[in-house]
Amino acid sequence: MKHVRSGLLAASVVAAATLQAATAQADEIVVGMQCDRTGPTQTVGTFLCPGYHDYVKLINSKGGIDGHTIKVLEIDHEYKVPPGMEAYQRFKAEGAVIVAIYGTPHTQALTPLLHSDKIPGTSPGFGSAAAANGTKYPYLFPIAATYWSQGAAAVQFAKDQLGGELKGKKIAYLYYDNPAGREPLPILQKLAEMEGFQLKEFAVPPPGVEMKVQVQDIARRFRADFVINHTFGKAPSVSINEMTRNGFKLSKMVGLVWAAGESNIMGAGGWDKAQGFNVMQFAGAGSDYPVLDEIKALYKSEGKDAPKEMDSTVYYNRGLLAAALHLKAIENAVRAKGGSSDITGEDVKNGFEKIRDFTLDGILPPMAITKEDHEGGGWVRIFRVEGQGFKPVTEWMHGYRDVVVEMVKSH
Amino acid sequence: MFHRESGYYKTTYAADMELFPLPITKAAIVVICVLFFGLFPALMTDYYISVINLCAIAVVGALGLNILVGYTGQISVGHAAFMSVGAYTAANLATRWDLPFWITLPAGGFMAMGVGLIVGLPSLRVKGLYLAIATLAAQFIIEWVINHTPAISGGVQASIEVPRPSLAGWDMDTQTEMYYFLMFFTALAIIGTLNLARSRIGRAFIAIRDQDIAAEIIGINVYRYKLLAFGLSSFYAGVAGVMYTYYLGIANYEMFQLPISIDYLAMIIIGGLGSVLGTIFGAVFITLLPVVVRVFMETVGVYFVEGVYLAQVIAQMRLILFGGLIILFLVVEPEGLNKLWQNIRNYFRVWPFSH
Repeated sequence: MKHVRSGLLAASVVAAATLQAATAQADEIVVGMQCDRTGPTQTVGTFLCPGYHDYVKLINSKGGIDGHTIKVLEIDHEYKVPPGMEAYQRFKAEGAVIVAIYGTPHTQALTPLLHSDKIPGTSPGFGSAAAANGTKYPYLFPIAATYWSQGAAAVQFAKDQLGGELKGKKIAYLYYDNPAGREPLPILQKLAEMEGFQLKEFAVPPPGVEMKVQVQDIARRFRADFVINHTFGKAPSVSINEMTRNGFKLSKMVGLVWAAGESNIMGAGGWDKAQGFNVMQFAGAGSDYPVLDEIKALYKSEGKDAPKEMDSTVYYNRGLLAAALHLKAIENAVRAKGGSSDITGEDVKNGFEKIRDFTLDGILPPMAITKEDHEGGGWVRIFRVEGQGFKPVTEWMHGYRDVVVEMVKSH
Repeated sequence: MFHRESGYYKTTYAADMELFPLPITKAAIVVICVLFFGLFPALMTDYYISVINLCAIAVVGALGLNILVGYTGQISVGHAAFMSVGAYTAANLATRWDLPFWITLPAGGFMAMGVGLIVGLPSLRVKGLYLAIATLAAQFIIEWVINHTPAISGGVQASIEVPRPSLAGWDMDTQTEMYYFLMFFTALAIIGTLNLARSRIGRAFIAIRDQDIAAEIIGINVYRYKLLAFGLSSFYAGVAGVMYTYYLGIANYEMFQLPISIDYLAMIIIGGLGSVLGTIFGAVFITLLPVVVRVFMETVGVYFVEGVYLAQVIAQMRLILFGGLIILFLVVEPEGLNKLWQNIRNYFRVWPFSH
């Protein structure tokens, strides 16, 4: 029965550790952040979350926000909802004034709670497009182009690439067959009607590694003029290879934001295999931004190498985008309170709605977050695989904004 | 459930069938009721209440699976899909016809039961791993149907927002109010399963589990009881799904995918197959272990890893410790936490002597 005793001892040690779980100090501003480093979307989370931490670290090293340091509580939830709920309650108990949500089901499950607790939550790239409506969801901030904005921007990009006229053209929509994959459909159908192009949908069933039939149909039977690729996970890599195999020019295809990472290109066999492929970004891709140099310099001054996560610029920069906007909102809140660190979630919400033209030299889009528009304008930028990296093709852009806004409002 | 003294001195069948055979059990139940319905919600902060809420939902779902796997010896890896059936049924009823929870909750359960009975049909012909694969198919088929039928999955991104449950004008929207709501049904589910296990049906289930041919020979209609086990198990799953939906205020198919089914199987295997107390232990263990491991790592980890890398290490270590602890517990006691608890009790009963 010795193991019983040692088992009890171990249990009591764990219990003691639980009890003295650190609580925030008074002059710190606490930020809650969910992450998925171990679940099905770990290929994103592993790079995105360090981006968040590094930016906070950079601001803290410069003296924080008006002298107040930012403390980030990160909780990894494996993309499962119950741990995500537990994480949120923990953030709330520790006095977090803002929560970075990770995952679509989490966003939806937390929406009512954010509202009743008056804590703003951000969901860049997650959640439903209707959440951009700040009047209906006052505490939910997508702070990045939703799937509707992405769909509209993709059509706009196709129009520009096809010579400014879409009438009679054929656009194929290749999508991952789940609700997120289907979400841009209403806007695409509406635009097809408006612009007079022919839209055909090609669903790829999960897990998205088999799409021979769909791609052959697109390239040989339907003979699409342009392809909008809205796939996730391994599927974008497969689609790049299949398109090439069927002799379809990759420059006539644009991948929406989750088909746009370095990992997708690597999965297809490296940069050389994906030359010309267009990708849509809601945070700037590549490492040619002053703020990234500052982070590298910060690591260097500590005598360390820059974190290797920085090489995956797309996801890393998205983490940085979330952090930058969070801290900007907090800064606005602190300033509104005359420099006090005693801010509430409501103050931070108001802080968000004051963000204008905060781009950190181009890594963030020129957003304008307002009370009505929590998406900040639905900005995206198209990059293209050229050489050994992503090169920008367009400026920050959005397409058919009035149609999207109308749709968000009527939803 | 909690106490059993040595020696059986029963002289009537009624005494043998009693739910609480000893006075001390009744006392223990009273204490537990006072703790869970009086002291805990009064003293605990929202955070701890919310953690108990998650455990309470897991307990109901795991009890359902244990009826099927632990008591009847059938296997199902589609449990989460039945939860989603209950969740979407209740969500549709609650949003389309404004029905209150005391209608939607049983309705969700019965709908899941209906689907469960259909999915259970293969169990009449196949056993073991083959049945596992058949139920795996159910997981995917149900998910696909929900996903591709706008009439079921309703709003944007296959999720339906559900209003908070309310009883006679009282909206349950704080964690503590939800606690009472969830705890009430969890208590019902526990009592229901305890009663089921000692009834004619429960004994038939156990007979089928132990040797189905022998069970048939002594006059148990194996097919009927196997189906009944599937139905009851799915009913519990459906109810758990509805509780979850009301707790989160949303029904979303991504909350009920295959990994969740596996989690529930893990709960009952770690807790102890065919034991109500074990199910509770298992559900609480699987829900809390990641939290405890994380807090432990956060406290201890800072001495070993620095700064930005800490989060990465915590996340990975949590998985390693989680897996390691499960293996450890199963090696120490293959019959689950329930047996471990009995060992501890037996040890202290004769303490300080060893026998």
